Amino acid sequence: MAIKDTNKSKLIYTLAAWTVSGMIFFPILWTIITSFKTESEAISASPRLFMFDWTLENYAEVLSRSPYFDHFMNSVVISLGASLLGLLIAIPAAWSMAFVQTKRTKNLLKWMLSTKMLPPVGVLIPIYLLFRDFGLLDTRIGLVIVMTLINLPIMVWMLYTYFREIPNEILEAARMDGAGIKQEIFQVLLPIALPGIASTLLLNVILAWNEAFWTLILTAANAAPLTAFIASYSSPEGLFYAKLSAASVMAVVPILILGWFSQKQLVRGLSFGAVK
Amino acid sequence: MLKKLSLIIASALTINAAAQAETITIATVNNGDMITMKSLSSEFEKQHPDIDLKWVTLEENILRQRVTTDVATSGGQYDVMTIGTYEVPIWGKQGWLTELNGLGDDYDIDDLLPAIRSGLSVNDKLYAAPFYGESSMVMYRTDLMEKAGLEMPKAPTWSFIKKAAAAMTDKDAGVYGICLRGKAGWGENIALLTSMSNSFGARWFDENWKPQFDSKAWKDTLEYYVDVMDKYGPPGASANGFNENLALFQTGKCGMWIDATVAGGFVTNEKDSEVADKVGFALAPDNGLGKRGNWLWAWTLAIPSSSKKTDAAMKFISWATSKGYSNLVADKKGWANVPPGTRTSLYENDAYLEAAPFAQITLDSINSADPKNPTVEPVPYVGIQFVAIPEFQGIGTAVGQQFSAALTGRMTVDQALQSSQRLVERAMRKARYPK
Repeated sequence: MAIKDTNKSKLIYTLAAWTVSGMIFFPILWTIITSFKTESEAISASPRLFMFDWTLENYAEVLSRSPYFDHFMNSVVISLGASLLGLLIAIPAAWSMAFVQTKRTKNLLKWMLSTKMLPPVGVLIPIYLLFRDFGLLDTRIGLVIVMTLINLPIMVWMLYTYFREIPNEILEAARMDGAGIKQEIFQVLLPIALPGIASTLLLNVILAWNEAFWTLILTAANAAPLTAFIASYSSPEGLFYAKLSAASVMAVVPILILGWFSQKQLVRGLSFGAVK
Repeated sequence: MLKKLSLIIASALTINAAAQAETITIATVNNGDMITMKSLSSEFEKQHPDIDLKWVTLEENILRQRVTTDVATSGGQYDVMTIGTYEVPIWGKQGWLTELNGLGDDYDIDDLLPAIRSGLSVNDKLYAAPFYGESSMVMYRTDLMEKAGLEMPKAPTWSFIKKAAAAMTDKDAGVYGICLRGKAGWGENIALLTSMSNSFGARWFDENWKPQFDSKAWKDTLEYYVDVMDKYGPPGASANGFNENLALFQTGKCGMWIDATVAGGFVTNEKDSEVADKVGFALAPDNGLGKRGNWLWAWTLAIPSSSKKTDAAMKFISWATSKGYSNLVADKKGWANVPPGTRTSLYENDAYLEAAPFAQITLDSINSADPKNPTVEPVPYVGIQFVAIPEFQGIGTAVGQQFSAALTGRMTVDQALQSSQRLVERAMRKARYPK
């Protein structure tokens, strides 16, 4: 009886998991399917899931109209650059907050996170003016800086959570063996926290890849990443859904592949300490 | 020695700079005519080997946000901007745009349609050159009209439109008599309803900038709109903008569609439209008050005052808005694809008139539009489907949301108008009107 109940609940959970996954994945699937339709089919009042004339013309047009690989390289440089630079700053910050706590550490952490709650448009003009004066508009380095600053609170928080899981005794032992701060961080802490650091890096690459406010405002022709590439296919007058879908698929496929191969690492990293 | 070295370096830099072509960055929208311009721009680069073009193509709202930020902060990211007739008078007055006084001797500025040129000038100085212009008109299914036993006049009234919508509606067959914009937004339902309200004698503000949504004319406008859409419009109309209605019309779901004249090319395009050979055109309706419900819009090319490459930018604008460009498009893509609504000479061209069956209606609609006297009574503002003040984007969208709510039935017409009156009064007080 108990086995029967277990099987039944297993089946229900499996079905529920598939349903939720299907609901989450359906918009992506629909975008992929739409990218193979003609424009009139894409906006048809009675849309068809598979039974239509599949075409690659949207991909051909998107590739001929836009410099996809320039946008792709900009996305790679900006997202990787911002994530690596962010790690360089976040690791020592999280280390000090986790292992050299003061009475203000908690408040500082909360304040850092609170900056994420500010609507970005609130600081648009000051940042734009700073970028203009420093010649950073439409440059990759400018975007790397702004993406780093945007994602830094999340990086510090994530790393802080991982570092807190590491017993202080290990670091104390290293100190007793004569390790300095540099050795303590690079030779003791980082190897132990590597899964957490990897998942922080991956998550921030994804966040920076998908960011579509600053990347659209601060770039023009030179540093525009794939978000700008997608935005160029929306139109107020004329049919565009199929081409927009093709552009979206081309923009998300690289990050989907990265997510697919690193999903174990990501899940492991994200759930680290979650059941504490 | 050091002096010599500096001289050599300086000379090398100068020679290098002279050898390099000047690059201008053009921000534009993703509309068919702009895509054609981009694809033909290699011809310009051939004619001007000293100028390289870089393109930034974006969706209208994103583009508006970006170029507004850039021009207001003198960011200097763009040398040529695609902006609309709403922005030009405001930005021209602010000194954010460079006057277009060097378009060349052969540009023939007097050939520009007077209504369009007037909307792009401040104190008789031209601040933007029109790339394409549009008004609005009635597009209708000739077969359904015939089946209903009616004949569309060249200049219909709103009461005829209602009668025709009733006669053409066959909900069982999925055919709706009329399709109109319902999606909330200053460039969406408000464009239609403001133009429509002009023909009912309504206005946004009186001469003292007092909002007028408590007037009978506005009530008549909104009641007509909600009633006709409720009875003869498609389901879910509050989500429909230009593209959604275009898709409905092209697939034979609409008997009539009142929208931008630029749609004429889409609905008669046999590749995409199932009803391409069954479409007729008429002027936007009126109510016998002397004003029709048509709007006036142009996408234009302008140079922000922050650009340091004014000469090159001016050359590009001159090329892209010239008669020569129209001929180039006609040569490469056919006359039907020439950007409409900017030059008188285009409407004197038999080849164009033959290729574009909606050409004459477009011209008549544009010529009948008067942005400085948009409605029956006098107004303190310029603009037909918008009010050319910086606050309009915000209040237009907010009022659009009230009207959209009236369309869905979440609000009555009276509630929507009262709410609009309150929120516009508040916004105008805050902005300290009258100025």
